[in-house]
Amino acid sequence: MEHLLINHYETAAVILFGIGFLNLLLQNNLVKKVIGVGIMDSSVYLFLASQGYIEGRLAPILVGEVANAADYINPIPAGLVLTGIVVSVSVTAFSLALIQRLYQKYKTVNFDEIVQLARQKGDE
Amino acid sequence: MSKMAKIKKEKKTLWQRFTAWVNGDAAEQPLLPAEPPKPPKNKGAKGKKQKAQPTRKEWMGLSRFEHFYRVCAVVIGVAIVSVLMVTVLQLPLFGSPDNPAVNEVVERYVEKGLEETGAVNMVAGMILDYRAFDTFGESSVLFLAVTCVTMLLMRDRNNTTKEEDLLTAREHVIEGYEEDIILTKIARLVIPCALVYGIYVVLNGHLSPGGGFSGGTIMGSALILFAVSFGMIRISRFFTYATFRKVTSCALMVYAASKAYSFFTGANHLESHIPLGTPGAILSSGLILVLDICVGIVVACTMYGFYALFTKGEL
Repeated sequence: MEHLLINHYETAAVILFGIGFLNLLLQNNLVKKVIGVGIMDSSVYLFLASQGYIEGRLAPILVGEVANAADYINPIPAGLVLTGIVVSVSVTAFSLALIQRLYQKYKTVNFDEIVQLARQKGDE
Repeated sequence: MSKMAKIKKEKKTLWQRFTAWVNGDAAEQPLLPAEPPKPPKNKGAKGKKQKAQPTRKEWMGLSRFEHFYRVCAVVIGVAIVSVLMVTVLQLPLFGSPDNPAVNEVVERYVEKGLEETGAVNMVAGMILDYRAFDTFGESSVLFLAVTCVTMLLMRDRNNTTKEEDLLTAREHVIEGYEEDIILTKIARLVIPCALVYGIYVVLNGHLSPGGGFSGGTIMGSALILFAVSFGMIRISRFFTYATFRKVTSCALMVYAASKAYSFFTGANHLESHIPLGTPGAILSSGLILVLDICVGIVVACTMYGFYALFTKGEL
């Protein structure tokens, strides 16, 4: 339990991941599903950033001439988070565009209603 | 007998349907395979009513499935969270220097980074020199995303009705007629500052926090503010779909070309002929500045493109 409290960033990231995942599974509204994916993305960034931090060290921007690895935090998670943010922006934009097209066709963003309407159209 | 014939007919039409779908003229094709229509039990008004609404039995089955689905989803979610929690219990303590993620790779990046890439900002040196191809992939992903959104949302004569055209024309007239004084005055103050700040962040990517992605986003938001306050017609005087295409693909091409050059001369750090300059100066660190500018241009155009496509369906 103490471990969880000390690692509270990681704990929060896991809880946020769960919230996003359940949002993705349980919401009927497609836009809210995309928001759930966004929450999952942010939880992963929080986890990566907290893994890169080292107590009492500087941000990875060199000060002075000599670089000592024991003075700076881990720069790799920052690069990974950057990649993740870019990909999540692209995926969010693409899925929202798809949802907008679905709305134009079916006049609703409710997933079940869209499936029903598509079936009805197939029946006719 | 008749069933077989039906199936044969369907199979025959499946290819035709597929070709129609590929060619894009599948307007009345169903998105999902249709369930076989049930024969109506009793004719008349009652039968029609039953077709419109699912029967009680079907509804019960559906709601039972819904119930089951929700319970399953919660169980799976809780299971995933508890497994991850157990993993968190095994993780090294927050902020401890003996985290196994801090290994020889980090040591190498930090200690040799300045020497090999010339960038003071180690993250910039990492993502634009050691892992520059990864960043090229990211920019391509952004470009691909904006291309897909353009395909889906761009308005042309195929996917707009006359009413929508009239509506957009009316919006354009309103935009040209009404000018929000507070918004335009503030925007005149803010937009140059935001643009200059974005350019500063891009150009200082190798010296300070920032870089192509963050600076590009700032420049993109300045463009969006311009579009919001002065309207799409004003912005289309200097930023149209053609300029968007040219600028973005040129930036990506310059990135690819410069990194391919580096691939031949300095891959695996054999020997690079690009001068690294004095660390800390604005013209230093070899190709990182050029790559940052390319990424910044792509990101700015993409951000504005997303805004324009989602609000108006045009660029």
